Amino acid sequence: MTSHANNMPLEYKTQQSQMNILGFWVFLGAEIVLFSTLFASYFVLEHNTAGGPTGQDIFILKDVLIETFLLLTSSFTCGLAIHSMRSHHKTGLMVWTIVTLLLGAGFLYMEINEFIHYVHEGASIQTSGFTAAFFTLLGTHGAHVTFGIFWISLLLIQLARRGITEKTASKFFIASLYWHFLDVVWIFIFTFVYLKGMVM
Amino acid sequence: MKGFKKLFGWLVMLTIPFLLAGCESNLIVFDPKGPVARSLTDLIIFSIIFMLVIVIVVFALFGYIVWKYRARSDDGNFEPEEEKGNHLLEIIWFTIPVIIVIALMIPTTKTIYEVEDVPQGYEEEEPLVIHVTSADWKWIFSYPDQDIETVNYLNIPADHPVQFKMTSAGTMQSFWVPELGGQKYTMANMQTNLFLVADRPGSYYGRNTSFNGKGYAHMDFEVQALSQDDFNDWVQEVHDTANTLTEEKYSEILEPTVIGRMTFNNTHLEWIDHAHGGSEKYLNPELYRISHGHEDHEGHDEKSEEETDSNEDQTKTEPSQSEDHAHH
Amino acid sequence: MSLDEFFVTGDPLILASQIAIGLTMIGLIALITYLKRWKWLWNEWFTTVDHKKIGIMYIISGVLMFFRGGVDGLLMKAQTSRPELEFLDAQHYDEIFTTHGVIMILFMAMPLLIGLMNVVIPLQIGARDVAFPKLNALSFWLFFAGAMLFNVSFVIGGSPDAGWTSYFPLAGKEFTPGVGNNYYAIALQIAGIGTLATGINFVVTIIKMRAPGMTWMRLPIFVWSTFITSIIIVAAFPIFTVALAYMTLDRLFGTHFFTVANGGDPMLWLNLFWLWGHPEVYIVVLPAFGMFSEVIATFARKNLYGYKSMVYAVAGIAFLSMLVWVHHFYTMGNSAAVNSIFSLTTMMIAIPTGVKIFNWLFTLRKGRIEFSTAMLWSLAFIPCFTIGGVTGVMLAMAAADYQYHNTMFLVAHFHYVLIPGVVFAVFAGLYYWWPKMFGFKLNEKIGKWHFWLFVIGFNMTFMPMFFVGLDGMSRRMYTYSASTGWAGWLGFSAIGSIILAAGFAALCYNIYWSFRYASRDVGNDPWNGRTLEWATASPAPHYNFAKVPEVDRLDAYWYMKKEGNTGLKKSDLKPVHMPSNSWTPIFLAVVFGVVGFFLVFEWFTLAILASIGIVVGLVANSFDYDDGYHISVEELADEEREWRGDLQ
Repeated sequence: MTSHANNMPLEYKTQQSQMNILGFWVFLGAEIVLFSTLFASYFVLEHNTAGGPTGQDIFILKDVLIETFLLLTSSFTCGLAIHSMRSHHKTGLMVWTIVTLLLGAGFLYMEINEFIHYVHEGASIQTSGFTAAFFTLLGTHGAHVTFGIFWISLLLIQLARRGITEKTASKFFIASLYWHFLDVVWIFIFTFVYLKGMVM
Repeated sequence: MKGFKKLFGWLVMLTIPFLLAGCESNLIVFDPKGPVARSLTDLIIFSIIFMLVIVIVVFALFGYIVWKYRARSDDGNFEPEEEKGNHLLEIIWFTIPVIIVIALMIPTTKTIYEVEDVPQGYEEEEPLVIHVTSADWKWIFSYPDQDIETVNYLNIPADHPVQFKMTSAGTMQSFWVPELGGQKYTMANMQTNLFLVADRPGSYYGRNTSFNGKGYAHMDFEVQALSQDDFNDWVQEVHDTANTLTEEKYSEILEPTVIGRMTFNNTHLEWIDHAHGGSEKYLNPELYRISHGHEDHEGHDEKSEEETDSNEDQTKTEPSQSEDHAHH
Repeated sequence: MSLDEFFVTGDPLILASQIAIGLTMIGLIALITYLKRWKWLWNEWFTTVDHKKIGIMYIISGVLMFFRGGVDGLLMKAQTSRPELEFLDAQHYDEIFTTHGVIMILFMAMPLLIGLMNVVIPLQIGARDVAFPKLNALSFWLFFAGAMLFNVSFVIGGSPDAGWTSYFPLAGKEFTPGVGNNYYAIALQIAGIGTLATGINFVVTIIKMRAPGMTWMRLPIFVWSTFITSIIIVAAFPIFTVALAYMTLDRLFGTHFFTVANGGDPMLWLNLFWLWGHPEVYIVVLPAFGMFSEVIATFARKNLYGYKSMVYAVAGIAFLSMLVWVHHFYTMGNSAAVNSIFSLTTMMIAIPTGVKIFNWLFTLRKGRIEFSTAMLWSLAFIPCFTIGGVTGVMLAMAAADYQYHNTMFLVAHFHYVLIPGVVFAVFAGLYYWWPKMFGFKLNEKIGKWHFWLFVIGFNMTFMPMFFVGLDGMSRRMYTYSASTGWAGWLGFSAIGSIILAAGFAALCYNIYWSFRYASRDVGNDPWNGRTLEWATASPAPHYNFAKVPEVDRLDAYWYMKKEGNTGLKKSDLKPVHMPSNSWTPIFLAVVFGVVGFFLVFEWFTLAILASIGIVVGLVANSFDYDDGYHISVEELADEEREWRGDLQ
């Protein structure tokens, strides 16, 4: 079953790895539907502020820009990590992954601060239809980032123990797909929640 | 093969008489008493004819094939030939449903548009406007121009268009008077519109069809179509005899109860129109606490204790039949 | 919360159930302990990753849930058999129709279909298992945890009571403050995650694990319908996940997604629910179509007529299923244009469905039809489903729907679609594939009883509902007055439901009888089948195929038999790689169930503490590098000799 896989990257070497990666793509398809639903609901509820604050009232462009910068950079470093993995460079993979996770943690720190700020402004998740949809959309993304940080940390331990093998390589590759996906979602959040909310 | 005979026999025996019975008897949907309902009934009968043809063709083909090609003991080692399929046949049974769909779609669309407006022949008349507010588990009808409010019954002039502006004080309901027309939802913070006309004076059955809790089965009302004179007399009578609705009384009416008929000589629209928000003021979740066969006091919640006590008779009121629901 | 609120008390029916459940549990535990079967249960079933065993566990759960949902149905029929009967009160009736709907769709139809998919699909494509065996076990156990959590509601805390559609604002805390609807939100969420994983699993399995030579147009039709179903699962279930998450947030954390107050939008729930709910109907119906196709082709002794157009029809139905959700609420006050468009898309579903009906009829034509029990179910399906189909077209016409919506006419319609479409298919599938699962056939004679009682009872129960619906009876009414004139119809319907129940009892008896007495000598191919699952032993060995068969056309096994090409050479055998059992799926599911239970009662501290178990399970899973084991050529040869005789 691995006959034609000789010139494939390490993470595609076994049939099981190929299936894992395909399965993960299908899972990302489900994630796209999930986030689409969250976005659609947000658009429906966006203007139902029930006398509470609107997006325009509370969004702070500067913080959001920093978050965007952190997450986009982390996606880039994640790409560098996979590049190192492909050239069997274990330390490179380790270091770039750690940088990625630190940037992700920075993003999370900023986002949590942002949320605390909103709550102080009188916009908690219970305030209105708008805040419910807003916090749930952002929160789901943030929860994904959090989950990613823990998951990839576990992979780092496995990497340190086992080195770059067919199995660890495919795990890291899948984690990188996940991380890039979160980046793409963030671009949509940035555009359709923050920019749209501040302009309109 | 004995099995097949029985199967087919049973299906024919079961379905055909039912279908015939359905068309002959005066089932409410086939017994329209106004132009809106009539156009729906016409559409339904039109579709039933098509459906009967489809059912008969499929059943006949099915019966014939299953009978003719049943395995027999004298078949020996006969083995059916493999068949690939036949493009022409497949195109035919693709095209026929397409034609049927088109044939059904045209009158459907026409009727959908038709029933959204004042019924034909009544365009010149100014419709009587009635605000419908549904609550758990009663119907409140407000006549803003007449300054009248009724609960659980509705008087309208016959042979005159009525425009219903519908909303809900809480849960979603569906307003349906099958003899006069199709149903539509009533929803809090929103307004839906419905036009109905009754051909002639009479009493019609109306109810909520959208499940909304314990008292749902009892959430029906009577529509009385009166001659224009009788209607005017009734309006005058209400003004002479009925009480005035206060906001306090209104909040009490909105509590989740099954109640009888009421009449007032003003409307709640003076202080709230649920179509435009504000319903939360009247919500009281504690009144919806359920008990499974025993009395159960939610005394732990300090805030609601007082309210629960003062409304005790309502919480204990099991929905009961309050009116006669005859519609035949 | 005091103890008498925790346990549902006061109702003698429920009290009896509580005692019965308690005694059954104690009895079961005692029995297993007495027979010293705990270890066996754990090793052979609880930790298994074998798709056939998982399928069987799904089927057992599905049959149990069928019983539970059926009892709910019978209670409803009893309550409405006479006007103004005081058998159940309004609250009890409301809970029962809610649980009946949820259980029948999500905990009966789904597991029975997914169970059969699990057993059959890998065998039909010549695979050793699914792509992710451990995930498959997790899917089952999550489904099971969700089902158990949902079922416990009627003795602990109170059942959901807002209908299986759980429409807001009714299902919100504003109008149902008890814990009942928390159960709905959380139990369905847990089961739903399992279903989503199943969808992903089968998409990958069918893309990646087909036997050599099995190109897309050589796939058995049941595999095609499962593949397309799995895609709909992946596309539709995340919508439900989000809707249920919103519901949970609204009910547990006081947000305003669907509330009346503070800018919530209850109509968003209706849209999200049916954006999932309508495809869900096809998720259960499409695999059923696939099963009928297999059974009809086998017992007509002919290949399936118009195979390609059948595939396109399934794909077409799947596509359209995503574009019709608004027809569940034509009466919401949509514009005439919106209602017209959705009428059209809905009616268009009739076109590919009609194509399928005619293809089935033409498969039968010029065949040699054998009336086995499996075939009887498939035959009865055609006329019964046609009635469901044409009434569906009637409901699709928005203007006409204003008179049918929310009435018993609708209830009759969807029972005429789902019972012939899904339940008949499951029965056909069970009779057909039973020997492949267990190595013996279900008794054909008892099967005939099962069939006739069920089909007659079904028609008697649901046919009258069309007429009371047209007579203005809306659904979900726990009582009605005698003056309505409905009593005759509903009384007849209630009698029908007893016959229906007798049919189900006949199935249970059949399972018992066949388990005890049926001949174990059925061979690998008892029905003269056409597809690969019949190429291996009955029951299928744990490795499925000693040598993966090669496929050169549709209905490969049919031609292998004709060409005498079914033997096995020992020299062709290679060691087979098998996945190891795993404790993580059942462990995770139990923890999910416990966390879910705490969340239902809003005991957040306990829920957080229990969640540590989820982390433990996930970490353990991530660090699990178990590579499985190999079955040696000698072992394979021994097992194969047992049913083949000597190898070539």
